[in-house]
Amino acid sequence: MRKFRASIILGAFSLIAAGAAQAQERFITLASTTSTEQSGLFDTLLPAFRAATGITVRVVAVGTGQALAIGARGDADALLVHDRVGEDKFVTEGHGIDRRDVMFNDFVIVGPKNDPAGIRGLKDAKEAFSRIAKTSSPFASRGDDSGTHRMELRFWKTAGVALGGKPQWYRELGQGMGPTLNTAAGLNAYVLADRATWANFRNRRDLDILSEGDLALYNPYGSILVNPAKGAHIKAADAKIWHEWLTSPSGRRTLASFRINNEQLFFPLPPEPTN
Amino acid sequence: MNDFSRAFSAALELILRGDAELLAIVLLSLKVSFSAAVIGFALGAPCGAALALWRFPGRRLLIALANALLGLPPVVVGLFVYLLLTRSGPLGSLGWLFTPAAMIFAQTILTLPIIIALSHRACEAVWSQHGDSLRIVGATRLRAVPMVLAMARTGLVTAFIAAFGRAIAEVGAIIIVGGNIRGHTRTMTTSIALETSRGELALALGLGIILIAISLAVSVAALLLAPAGKR
Repeated sequence: MRKFRASIILGAFSLIAAGAAQAQERFITLASTTSTEQSGLFDTLLPAFRAATGITVRVVAVGTGQALAIGARGDADALLVHDRVGEDKFVTEGHGIDRRDVMFNDFVIVGPKNDPAGIRGLKDAKEAFSRIAKTSSPFASRGDDSGTHRMELRFWKTAGVALGGKPQWYRELGQGMGPTLNTAAGLNAYVLADRATWANFRNRRDLDILSEGDLALYNPYGSILVNPAKGAHIKAADAKIWHEWLTSPSGRRTLASFRINNEQLFFPLPPEPTN
Repeated sequence: MNDFSRAFSAALELILRGDAELLAIVLLSLKVSFSAAVIGFALGAPCGAALALWRFPGRRLLIALANALLGLPPVVVGLFVYLLLTRSGPLGSLGWLFTPAAMIFAQTILTLPIIIALSHRACEAVWSQHGDSLRIVGATRLRAVPMVLAMARTGLVTAFIAAFGRAIAEVGAIIIVGGNIRGHTRTMTTSIALETSRGELALALGLGIILIAISLAVSVAALLLAPAGKR
């Protein structure tokens, strides 16, 4: 019995040691958003970057709020997020340096095909939000302090809708984009979604894009380097290589080449100069 | 019904294709959860035996605590370990956050109460039945520990399987401390969570079916291995 136990313990330790040995590849940790991960963009981007530089990027995909918090603790080397206000705050507070525009995609307002709020084809997003509130149509909110959630809250504010009383039709989920879409599909609720996650989402049931194209739905992504002053463990040099590559012509070409059903979902920023 | 049959065919297809990424994910799940169960066992079984053999102040409180913590929410453990291992936390210099080591750490904490509570129960039964005779042949309590553990092995195997099952099934702790990084810390359960997020429900359930099959195989293997421990 003792021998048996000793051998399984030894076995476990050798497994752990094997894991430690494996961890010696050259890598950086990138805190990013669920939209970039769940859309599949990284499956195009990361292999190309690795082929060019030999650096593996380990992506921790969370909401923008959590990604910024991970960066602030020094647990990632770089960020790729989408909340301009939060990004600028992150830099002014000294957590990050050298914020750059990378790309944009856009948000769409998704809802049930029978459209009880009557927003189909409406371009004005503020008006769409206002109609959803007026008709008390069910709305599924991320409620997770992500970039998408922060944008949604700004729309309610500009549309003059007060959510203070926690109205019945407003469901605050505290979930990522995908789970929120799953719930919205189950509730037949309206939901604000980024186009990339929606394009790659399979469990649509009765949901469809009802309102799109407003400039206010524009969703820019920024790349930020975590401040190397946070400690020697920050891989500043390799993170800088990633940061430069992502904003270089070849990085831009790669992210523009990502397609779902022949639809381009992320557009490099600033747009290519027309010459 | 259609959803379920699609899940089964998704599972079957993944297995038949011999998908390399899936294999790596399965191996990582097994490695992390098995390591956690073994470490939890090495630490917890002696504690369970000690709680059965010795009488000391606070003993009943510890037993109650172990039993209460059987319901420890994984997400709370994940958060706790995250705050320990973050670079700005007390164990940050280890550099374990977002690695398999962090996941083993978190799951070990989850397995400990199970192993302590169940091994305590198994050892207590043995001790109350055989304790007197063991003491008559002159064994001290300390020398009796390995004998009691050997006699309680059926219960200990159950404790181990329960701990492993708890570890391999949980997602709340490892998704926080591991980060669900593709090719590095993505396991069966975090993949299932991710595929669910993508609305790929059939694929997610298919992965779940594979996970259940693996858990079943491990439990059977543990039960078959147990008699080999007989002296």
